[in-house]
Amino acid sequence: MGKKDEMKASNPFVHFFQENMGILVALAALCIFLEIMNQRFFTWSNWLTILDNVSKTGFLAIGIMLCIMLGGIDLIAGAGIACSGVLCIVCMERWHLPMIVAIIAGLLVGLIAGMLNGIIIAYSGIHPFVVTLAMQSILRGVAYLLANAQPVPLYVNEFFPRIGIDRVFGIPLPIIYLIILFFIQWLLLNKTKTGRYIYAVGGNETAARFSGINVEKIKILVWTFSGLLCAFAGVVLSAKLKSGQPSTSVGAETDAIASCVLGGTSMYGGTGRTSGMIIGVFIIGVISNGLTLMHLDVNWQYVVKGVIILVAVYSDMVRQRKSQARKE
Amino acid sequence: MSDVLVQMTGICKSFPGVKALDNAQLTLHKGEILGLLGENGAGKSTLMNCLGGIYKQDEGTIEVDGQKVEINTVHEAQQLGIAFIHQEIALVPFLSVAENIFLGRERTTGRFVDQGKMREEAKQWLQMVGLDIDPGTPVNQLSIGIQQMVEIAKACSLNMKLMIMDEPTSSLSEREVESLFKMMRQLRDRGIGLIYISHKLSEIFTITDRVCVMRDGGYVGTIITKESEEADLVRMMVGRELTNYYTRNFLPKGDVLLKAENISGGKMVKDCSFEVHKGEIVGFYGLVGAGRSELLKSVMGLYPRSSGKVTFQGKDISKMSTLDIQKMGLCLVPENRKLEGLILKNTIAFNMSISVVHKFINALHVSRKKEEEIVNKGVSSLDVKTPSIHQVVGNLSGGNQQKVVIAKWLAAEPKLLIMDEPTRGVDVGAKAEIYKIMNDLVQQGIGIVMISSEMPETVNMCDRMYVMSEGKIRGELDKSEFTQEAILNLAMVED
Repeated sequence: MGKKDEMKASNPFVHFFQENMGILVALAALCIFLEIMNQRFFTWSNWLTILDNVSKTGFLAIGIMLCIMLGGIDLIAGAGIACSGVLCIVCMERWHLPMIVAIIAGLLVGLIAGMLNGIIIAYSGIHPFVVTLAMQSILRGVAYLLANAQPVPLYVNEFFPRIGIDRVFGIPLPIIYLIILFFIQWLLLNKTKTGRYIYAVGGNETAARFSGINVEKIKILVWTFSGLLCAFAGVVLSAKLKSGQPSTSVGAETDAIASCVLGGTSMYGGTGRTSGMIIGVFIIGVISNGLTLMHLDVNWQYVVKGVIILVAVYSDMVRQRKSQARKE
Repeated sequence: MSDVLVQMTGICKSFPGVKALDNAQLTLHKGEILGLLGENGAGKSTLMNCLGGIYKQDEGTIEVDGQKVEINTVHEAQQLGIAFIHQEIALVPFLSVAENIFLGRERTTGRFVDQGKMREEAKQWLQMVGLDIDPGTPVNQLSIGIQQMVEIAKACSLNMKLMIMDEPTSSLSEREVESLFKMMRQLRDRGIGLIYISHKLSEIFTITDRVCVMRDGGYVGTIITKESEEADLVRMMVGRELTNYYTRNFLPKGDVLLKAENISGGKMVKDCSFEVHKGEIVGFYGLVGAGRSELLKSVMGLYPRSSGKVTFQGKDISKMSTLDIQKMGLCLVPENRKLEGLILKNTIAFNMSISVVHKFINALHVSRKKEEEIVNKGVSSLDVKTPSIHQVVGNLSGGNQQKVVIAKWLAAEPKLLIMDEPTRGVDVGAKAEIYKIMNDLVQQGIGIVMISSEMPETVNMCDRMYVMSEGKIRGELDKSEFTQEAILNLAMVED
């Protein structure tokens, strides 16, 4: 939303650059640095790799960003991916159900988990951190139980893996899903009543209630949406891997949260833009890719991401303080 | 009154886009209570924040006890003996009174905090401000009034020479205000200088020795309270003569709009019945905690209701959601604009349109034109002073924020508007404007319920009033029966 006082620029591109100047510069600097270090960076195929790798984080960030905008958080992502992926594969491999049923079952598990999160958060008053942390543990447990604690390879269905690896006009399908989902989130936040209500509830829950907004409904909706996106990421990943992996994606939520925070979504709630989050997702992806290209130990990425989250949250806090000071 | 304690001269301070202080000045003597008066946005708080170390002035000098000083941080201000009592309580709710008083300078025995010693010392400071409470009580179990006294005790324990109080009475009951004033006079007699910021002229006249008036970030003048009249101060504040402070044209009673029968709910509402007609302003008077806000909130579905029936325009709305009630034209402008009314980090446009988004967002299409139309109408009809409708609401003055809150619910085109303390924390100029807006609305056939704790505005603006105490309606008075005595007698009824 318009943090700045000036009128919104009429040109959406100008507007985009104005609002995201800081991290765009950071992203550009990172890319130029990597190009200088390694000439393979700016190639079409490398960018497709980056995007393909980053699609999972992107799916998750779309939902988690909305939870953060409500002043909450969603931690089920990694476990949600594992659980829905395993369920989807188990449905086909062990229970011999048709693919479409398996996909729906996989998605449903995330949807239900998310809805439960939302209902508990909305009506019990328990902090979202605790609720989703508990749900994370439950989902991870269910994933191991379903899979008998080992990977479940898929043999019976030849077509299913294609939804994770096929290309359209040379572009891997996950990237296309990602673009569509980014667009849906943008529509939700900018073109619907629900979008306005999310900003309102996140900005001041009491005032939103007094404005007649059904705060509980918004919360349930947001956490359900986030759960569904985890499940979607899980189904796509299981297709890519041709198996259900109960131990996959531990800590996937960290990358997604980092992307949101980098993209200017305030942990205090009430602010956040799709465009910023997309750039955040890119930065996370480029960092992992860069470390690989530079032949550094990939495990460095965890250290780097941790530092980035701290810096991003700190600069968010400084911003908040400045705007607070101006209100006096 | 000869010794100058603080002398501020030529103070300027700018924020991005705003010059908040322009050559402001202030003189405070030892042992006096100086009122600091001005409309919202006149720069009172900013000036005091420069003195309290929260901001650093861009230009100008501050002298304390004749010495030129640089105040960069709150800590430096404290070392100079400057204590700042803010509008909002700044105590840690879960810590005890003693722990709060000695926060950051805990008394210790060896390496460990000595609770006994702290409580003993705290007891002395509490007695000094006339408080007889156990220093071991957690602060959140105390009333707001007592908490404020604890803050003053804390300030005293810091060896203060000067105390700044920013609208300390805004959430106090009358009895609490009285004991606060008693305390202030005692401090004055001990040679401490006090700066008292308030909007309430009656309080300024009761408690201050001199009054310094500010307008538009600059200095207007200082007068001796005893030698001046209310009209002088108002003229200095607004820069013009305020005729017609209360605007009100009374109309004959219209049809019944809202009828509430035997409403009970929660701990605060007990078997209340009332009705509101078209074209009238109905007051709800009572002391703080009488259950007025809770009663009207329960009508709107914003406070639990265990029994009773509410009809609006002949329709039973007892079981409807708040949103549906609003859509029917019954709206509530809440009491606390920062907490319940506004989303401070968002823009004027966002805030004004949030309760009517269905009017311009449809099937993935946002009509910016329609949105701006709604917002501009609100801004111009209520005369909100802002450079742009995309200004962040948190940057506006209190009076303008209040206008945005009112405009927000007017956008919903209400037939009956419940206004809970519509002029709280608003300066005289904006008050007069709000009264005029209320009168205009009533002329258009809207019914208004005004909850107010200010006797003068209730008496002057209302057609009728209900007086409440302890969650019950104790009586209904018609305009002809409005006397201070009659109203207070009802407000003081106890079971």
